[in-house]
Amino acid sequence: MSAQQSGAVSDAMVITWRNLKRIPRIPELAIFAILQSIMFVLLFAFVFGGAIPLPDGGDYKEFLMPGIFAQTIAFASATTAIGMTDDMGKGLIDRFRSLPMSRSAVLSGRTVADTIYQAGILVVLMLAGLVVGWRVNNGLAAFLFAVVLLLAFAHVMAWLGIWIGLSVPNTETAQQLTFVTIFPLTFISNVFVPPASLPPILQPIAEWNPVSTLTAATRELFGNPNPYVGDGIPGQYPILVTVGWMVVLLAIFAPLAIRKYRNTSQ
Amino acid sequence: MTNAIEAEGLVKVYRARRGSAEVRALDGVDLDVPQGTVLGLLGPNGAGKTTTVRILTTLLRPDAGRATVAGYDVVKQSNEVRQSIGLSGQYAAVDENLTGWENLYMFGRLYGMPKAEAKSRADELLEQFTLSDAGGRTIKTYSGGMRRRLDLAAALIGKPNLLFLDEPTTGLDPRSRLGMWDVIRGLVREGTTLLLTTQYLEEADELADTIAVVDTGKIIAQGTADELKAQVGGERIEVVVKDRALLPQARELLAVQAQGDVDFDEHTRRLTAASTGGAQQLVSIVQAMGDAGIGIDDITLRRPTLDDVFLTLTGHHTADESVEENA
Repeated sequence: MSAQQSGAVSDAMVITWRNLKRIPRIPELAIFAILQSIMFVLLFAFVFGGAIPLPDGGDYKEFLMPGIFAQTIAFASATTAIGMTDDMGKGLIDRFRSLPMSRSAVLSGRTVADTIYQAGILVVLMLAGLVVGWRVNNGLAAFLFAVVLLLAFAHVMAWLGIWIGLSVPNTETAQQLTFVTIFPLTFISNVFVPPASLPPILQPIAEWNPVSTLTAATRELFGNPNPYVGDGIPGQYPILVTVGWMVVLLAIFAPLAIRKYRNTSQ
Repeated sequence: MTNAIEAEGLVKVYRARRGSAEVRALDGVDLDVPQGTVLGLLGPNGAGKTTTVRILTTLLRPDAGRATVAGYDVVKQSNEVRQSIGLSGQYAAVDENLTGWENLYMFGRLYGMPKAEAKSRADELLEQFTLSDAGGRTIKTYSGGMRRRLDLAAALIGKPNLLFLDEPTTGLDPRSRLGMWDVIRGLVREGTTLLLTTQYLEEADELADTIAVVDTGKIIAQGTADELKAQVGGERIEVVVKDRALLPQARELLAVQAQGDVDFDEHTRRLTAASTGGAQQLVSIVQAMGDAGIGIDDITLRRPTLDDVFLTLTGHHTADESVEENA
């Protein structure tokens, strides 16, 4: 490793440390993120769930939880976007830019920290899932693979969040923008309902939606009920398609985010 | 003596949106700051002070012109420039959810210090800025003055001998402002070259060797505080007359008594003129007004403000024509 690369790694570690330190200092952020997800669990598991029959039978709560995990992970982009606009607005990004440090470290440090943060939220949600009746039926290796998949997806979403955060003027806009884009993605999907019950015109969207493939991939790995729509590639190979989506999204949004950061206020 | 900062013809143009009218935030700024001296950039909001600082500290690229800081080109050798400078001000901030110590440690590490060195430097700076007791508290709990001191401490992490302070005392109460001035003077005594921006003539007067007055992206005057004040004409007399109808009469009277033009504001019934005779002159003005039957609500003798400097140099008040600076 060259001196410059080792500098970038150590700078990124410092930025990661800084972002993780902040989490317990602003506990309301994590608490509301978790409460929002738990509200969805309660709403669907106990209010709507009874009215949603699964085509091949199976327990709705086991069906629901992987969807909730995927939904929460998809919203990781909002956390990152808001954090990024906050740093911009408060002048911290300028401070970092005035230091003789690696420029990429500000971004990579934040994406790493936000992924670790999502891991913590995932643990809480999994415990909540176990309480309401969600079970893991495929053994430890498959379980760990599913967790890795979820966190990798969270990391990709963090890069998307950086790009959004650098593109909008303030935290309010960042929040609204991620809300209106991510929410439809989680609803036109297999997260809450078997996708075959959606209107035909929405089914292709639900079929290829990355939130759907992530949900299907983790349902498969956890051994939970996994009804999908159509006999297409996403339904047959949800893990592969999810990995494909992550590669594509990262290839688009990481360079966009880095370019945006370089050009910010130039 | 070599120059720590040299700038030639700096231009920065902003466009709020594609197609909208452009705003020339900087319109050809030249600066020379010799090593070990203090330059005060004095001007109202939107004059281009912050834009100048942002270009010199590599946060912004100029659209035209060139600048060297510590001998390095701000565009081509930006990393070397960042290695040599410290920046503190309205825009370069500290993390309010970290403690004072954590902030300094983080900036030290990002400056390239090993862990042990960053730790001892953080302790040292907290001590130097009398923040040792507050070092373990998050910045959120700090007062305005403490926050500025920590901000300044963060700028000094790498022991730079070239420091940029963007409005270091704006928003501080008078006591904190005096404290901040002491801290800054201490740094200057140790030989730090300083570029400071301010809206307060008094502050530039207290701290700077040379003052450059900035307005609408240009430097309109440069010199020592005394030279500038000589141009402005020293202290000002301000008279508020009781009866608006007598304003023209009072104006004539004041023009005879004081030196130069009399500025008057119909709405507030206020007359302002340069004073030459101090308190004695006040007495004779009061007397003359009384003899002429002009009632006075208020009369004061005060030091010239930035507004007076502007009025003299540009013919308009500071609030006129200033565009919002949104860098």
